[in-house]
Amino acid sequence: MGQITLQNVTKSFGDVEVIPPLDLDIQDGEFTVFVGPSGCGKSTLLRLIAGLEDITSGHISIDGNDATDIPPAKRGLAMVFQSYALYPHMSVRKNIAFPMRMAKMDQAEQDRRIEQAAAALNLTDYLDRRPGQLSGGQRQRVAIGRAIVREPAAFLFDEPLSNLDAALRVGMRLEISELHKRLATTMIYVTHDQVEAMTMADKIVVLRAGHIEQVGSPLELYRNPRNTFVAGFIGSPKMNLIEGEEAGRNGAHTLGIRPEHIDVSATDGHWQGKVGVAEHLGSDTFFHIHETGLAETITVRAPGEVNFRHGDTIYMTPRSEQLHRFGADGLRMA
Amino acid sequence: MARAVTNQRKMINTAAAWTVGLLIFFPILWTILTSFKSEAQAIADPPIFLFFDWTTENYSTVMERSNYGRFLWNSIFIAGGSTILGIIIAVPAAWSMAFVPSKRTKDILLWMLSTKMLPAVGVLYPIYLLFIQFGLLDNVYGLTFVLMLINLPIIVWMLYTYFREIPGEILEAARMDGATLKSEILYVLTPMAIPGIASTLLLNFILAWNEAFWTLNLTAAKAAPLTAFIASYSSPEGLFYAKLSAASTMAIAPILILGWFSQKQLVRGLTFGAVK
Amino acid sequence: MATKASRSAARVMMAPAVVLLLGWMLVPLIMTLWFSFRTYLPLRGGDQGWTGFDNYVRFVTSSSFWPAISTTLILLIGVLAITIILGVLLAILLDQPMWGQGVVRILVIAPFFVMPTVSALVWKNIFMDPTNGLLAHLWRFFGAESVSWLSDVPMLSLIMIVSWQWLPFATLILLTAIQSLDGEQMEAAEMDGASVLSRFFYIALPHLSRAITIVILIQTIFLLAIFAEIFVTTGGAFGTRTLSYLIFQRVLESQNVGLGSAGGVYAIILANIVAIFLMRIVGKNLD
Repeated sequence: MGQITLQNVTKSFGDVEVIPPLDLDIQDGEFTVFVGPSGCGKSTLLRLIAGLEDITSGHISIDGNDATDIPPAKRGLAMVFQSYALYPHMSVRKNIAFPMRMAKMDQAEQDRRIEQAAAALNLTDYLDRRPGQLSGGQRQRVAIGRAIVREPAAFLFDEPLSNLDAALRVGMRLEISELHKRLATTMIYVTHDQVEAMTMADKIVVLRAGHIEQVGSPLELYRNPRNTFVAGFIGSPKMNLIEGEEAGRNGAHTLGIRPEHIDVSATDGHWQGKVGVAEHLGSDTFFHIHETGLAETITVRAPGEVNFRHGDTIYMTPRSEQLHRFGADGLRMA
Repeated sequence: MARAVTNQRKMINTAAAWTVGLLIFFPILWTILTSFKSEAQAIADPPIFLFFDWTTENYSTVMERSNYGRFLWNSIFIAGGSTILGIIIAVPAAWSMAFVPSKRTKDILLWMLSTKMLPAVGVLYPIYLLFIQFGLLDNVYGLTFVLMLINLPIIVWMLYTYFREIPGEILEAARMDGATLKSEILYVLTPMAIPGIASTLLLNFILAWNEAFWTLNLTAAKAAPLTAFIASYSSPEGLFYAKLSAASTMAIAPILILGWFSQKQLVRGLTFGAVK
Repeated sequence: MATKASRSAARVMMAPAVVLLLGWMLVPLIMTLWFSFRTYLPLRGGDQGWTGFDNYVRFVTSSSFWPAISTTLILLIGVLAITIILGVLLAILLDQPMWGQGVVRILVIAPFFVMPTVSALVWKNIFMDPTNGLLAHLWRFFGAESVSWLSDVPMLSLIMIVSWQWLPFATLILLTAIQSLDGEQMEAAEMDGASVLSRFFYIALPHLSRAITIVILIQTIFLLAIFAEIFVTTGGAFGTRTLSYLIFQRVLESQNVGLGSAGGVYAIILANIVAIFLMRIVGKNLD
């Protein structure tokens, strides 16, 4: 079980309110990602759930029980830290055993779970090593192993992949997703990387300055961003946001169109511009287009074989059903 | 500094430094040498540097005559006891200051240090009086307690600087793993801080071993450590250089050896982290 | 990392250390203050009541006060001058490339670990004794009259002994400071045509000024309280009675606790003036 509810939760450090009143429901078994730019309060929110920080007001309940005043050790949650926070003086085996030792679990059961976790995480050969002798990816797996053996109500991940290099990050992302499918335990995952959020989450919580901007599944957020902030934050490359005359013609203050929803042509189209940098990824090509009269740069995603050169004139046609209209307050128009 | 240095210059440096070094060390060296001489050779004119009849007789005389063993034991008990007691009291305090700092942490630390600067002589009589009242005069436990108090600020301070180098996330991980505060300190913090705790132990053992105000003023025959035992040798007459040297060598040898291990921590401990 | 629970745990865990030190500071301090306002002669009638500031006035007007102050200052300034000047030179020397650097370092540091009573006694007898001391042998070897060090030039002798004990401390700290000096800065100055001397005065010395200040402050605090060296060598005779030693004698030898306590209060005030400066430097380093 692992249903977590936040009611009217606030957090202030001194006079600075980092989390204004906030409500959130996380269902049992759900993979929830907190995403937002740095300083948006996502890590603070996670630490409030963990109990590593006190909430200033409001209530947190876990599986229906009020957990507001329960110390972190007793909340039955496991956490994987950005720095992995492994115990450097203990072997991998002891690291993984630590939470079970704290729970005074039977030794045979401890051994069984260690073996199981080590096998699942490819750590069997490293059980007697110290964390200092392991690579970043292995340390990460030890941290996960330490979290799973105690069978927590929920896993909390605090930017766990940010210390890994790009290739490893993709691999670990898959491993964590698979782990979630296998265990079906609630996971709360904090990241500033919207790709991680999109690929892993059942539910994304977009945060800015402690406010929840939008909650929804990755595709909901992609299709129906509630405001310009979410529109710009979710999706890669970023959605083009167009203001001024062209937006007005479409009855909006700001007009949003994703790069992948613009068709290009060398001969005719709705908009016109000059090709700047072209990024060839093989499967796709991203064109950065200037002098459109719409915005400084319009980004367009075209199939890989489409070829324009720097300085060429290019015509663009947005797919009208994919246009997003936002009002002057930044909110999506109905 | 990756600078090209000629061998010639290096040789001059070496000669100069070794000369000065040996000159500074000479009184200790001479004391050690004298301890192996006979009393007659110890005051021979001209002095004999190395070619004398080496003897360990002085050591056995000192051991037999002066109950040296008891003074040595008192020194070990007082220095060791005060240091260990100090560490037991200081570890939780340093944990608090390093990992749960508040606005007042800095003030508390500085205040603790300021108690270290209180001139002992200013409070000599009150302590003396209290010791008489509680029957602690010439008592190893009383002295251990006082030396613990004297060194407590340095112990807290040193542990604090070592603890601050330990990332707080690891302690948070322990908390998430279900560790109580006691387990967190016992199984996670302390083992990680072993090198720092060991150097703190070492330096404060040395300081307590060499303390020579309270040990002289609060003890008589029974609880006197080596500092007081050596001071009792100050009677000026007689042929006693060799025996004095033997007693001195025994009193300083263990500390010289420990001291050489602790020289790096010495700077940190004695300047309260102000010089790194 | 700061929850209400951990903050209250922190308070509880700090309590023993704080309470003990608070007691260690306040109880004797208040007693000293109390005694200093009373005529208190434990062997001659005990506590004879309130005297106001009499003890304070008597302490500073007694014939031994100003000599004690000047002895204290001479000892302090002498030792500081010797240890700082030699310490800087020695630290620079030890920082040079050489063979056996580690061993030399150990030789230089060793005196700091010698217990004060031992060094005082060894110097007094084995080196400074006018007939059998090594220095007497040396003087005679050069045909000079041997010197009664501790009675003829007591302050010089005392300064020598104490400097020998504290030179390692100064050297070690200054060496640590020198080693943190940026080598490239020195090389840049060399490229700019600065001579060895101007490099020393314009770059090395300013860099060392902080460390020198710290050495001065810490040594001052310890030197003001110096005891065993005087106790063992001269027992305060021959004009070697410092302020601390004078207070010690008033309190324990002549058992005039009221007078001695007034002196103690002066000593505490003096030490605190020095301590404030030291605390400022240390405090800045904490942030």
